[in-house]
Amino acid sequence: MSIIEVHNVSIRYKKGNFKDIGLKDYIIRKIRGTYHVEDFWADKDINFSLENGDMLGIIGTNGAGKSTLLKAISGVMEPTHGYIRHEGRISSLLELTGGFDDALTVRENTFLRGAFLGYTRQFMNKKYDEIIQFAELEEFQAHLFSQLSSGMKSRLAFSVASLIRPDILILDEVLSVGDGAFRKKSEAKMMEIIRGGATTLLVSHSLDQVRSLCNKILWLNKGQQIAFTKNVREACDQYEAFLDGNLDISEVTARKELN
Amino acid sequence: MLRQKIQTYTLKIKQNQFLFEELVKRDFKKRYARTALGMLWSILNPLLQLLIMRLVFTHFFADRIPHYTTFLFSGMIVFNYFSESTREGMTTLIDNAPIFSKINVPKYLFLFAKNAQSWINFVLILGIYFVFCALDHVAFTWKFLMLIFPVVCLAVFNIGTGLVLSALYIFFLDIKYFWGIFLQLLQYVSALFYQIDTFSPAIQKLFYLNPIYLYIAYFREIVLYGIIPSLTLHIAILAEALLVFFLGVWIYKKYNWEFLYYI
Repeated sequence: MSIIEVHNVSIRYKKGNFKDIGLKDYIIRKIRGTYHVEDFWADKDINFSLENGDMLGIIGTNGAGKSTLLKAISGVMEPTHGYIRHEGRISSLLELTGGFDDALTVRENTFLRGAFLGYTRQFMNKKYDEIIQFAELEEFQAHLFSQLSSGMKSRLAFSVASLIRPDILILDEVLSVGDGAFRKKSEAKMMEIIRGGATTLLVSHSLDQVRSLCNKILWLNKGQQIAFTKNVREACDQYEAFLDGNLDISEVTARKELN
Repeated sequence: MLRQKIQTYTLKIKQNQFLFEELVKRDFKKRYARTALGMLWSILNPLLQLLIMRLVFTHFFADRIPHYTTFLFSGMIVFNYFSESTREGMTTLIDNAPIFSKINVPKYLFLFAKNAQSWINFVLILGIYFVFCALDHVAFTWKFLMLIFPVVCLAVFNIGTGLVLSALYIFFLDIKYFWGIFLQLLQYVSALFYQIDTFSPAIQKLFYLNPIYLYIAYFREIVLYGIIPSLTLHIAILAEALLVFFLGVWIYKKYNWEFLYYI
């Protein structure tokens, strides 16, 4: 049994003029029949499945549909078509400082964040010191969150999400923050989680990171699935060539495998 | 199998309870951040308002209406609770959009937390209200216990209204201004500072179409006149509260995934 199964998933966004208009314009346009909503498919027919301990690197240029896919997997959005099945608890780091509140202290924010991620109070009481220690924020516990540097903020976010031993860990562009020392530490932490059997999904623009960490690659381009492969090196090489303009998307050979 | 289900269920409740408590704390802290008097304001504010109304309207109504202070205060606590909890509830969904667009959380909890805050305020003011009743030489009877009924129903009614408004607000920001005007109108037709028996019977009936007036009438009948309100009034209050609540729940369920497109 796979831990995550993404089956024929398509996700539609609604676009068009509905967002910026007020009630008056809405009624006028409804009456005139000029009100319309455009569909925008952020992801189209995505298929892949992951086993225990897999680390999936999701690559693709901006607007490829990476973040939308992760949102659907973490349950923030619903796939328009297809389905996503998963087992175990998901911990997702879609955006580092989302859910933190500048007006609260570090301590309060830690608990709030823990609550958002679905932990219980007992659990947070038990883990709190460990979280603060890992984030290296012992001296800042009573500080307001707004007084932290952005690196500190992301350290706290990473610590809360990763110290929990999730079954599935979702990371969207979050490893490229913090200073070098902390980056090393967080990578080590992640490897520990993965070795503990967690399945990880990672979106990163750093191909070096993807190469060194991931054992599977999902390549998306404008919502289309270009490749899902175990051949990390080939996929990354071709992706690089594609980025440099040396390779047309139709020439990607890595796509054959596993698809 | 069943045991596992119960386990996941209790875990869900625990998680949601934890989140709810943390949200209430957050809203409290944010609300009173950087104010010298802090929570005292939520008591001072209605008291000052009461004082103003008492001064302004005494000349017109106090001679005709016995226990005029209590009369005024009864209307005010009900109306203020409704007005505060709906005005603040309206923006909860948008205010928390950065969170639910990134993290999978039950969206209604934001509104519940906000409502808890206005509910706590209401209960505090209710305590002061009873002190004022005593000062105003109102006779306390066992019937006062019946006030639990409108208090609970009003909380449900407010949550329902908040759910509906916060959903609408995400689609149409205009609602905020409409609601402001509407509340002003509502304040004048809720008979806060006058008695409705000066109107013709036909117009008096119209007052009962206003849900807020029903609550005010309930309070006054118990506190000022010592009568247990009619069964019809009970049914009307309960029915309206449940109706609005389930309308709100239905909207949240139906548009749960749509909210994301509008933020």
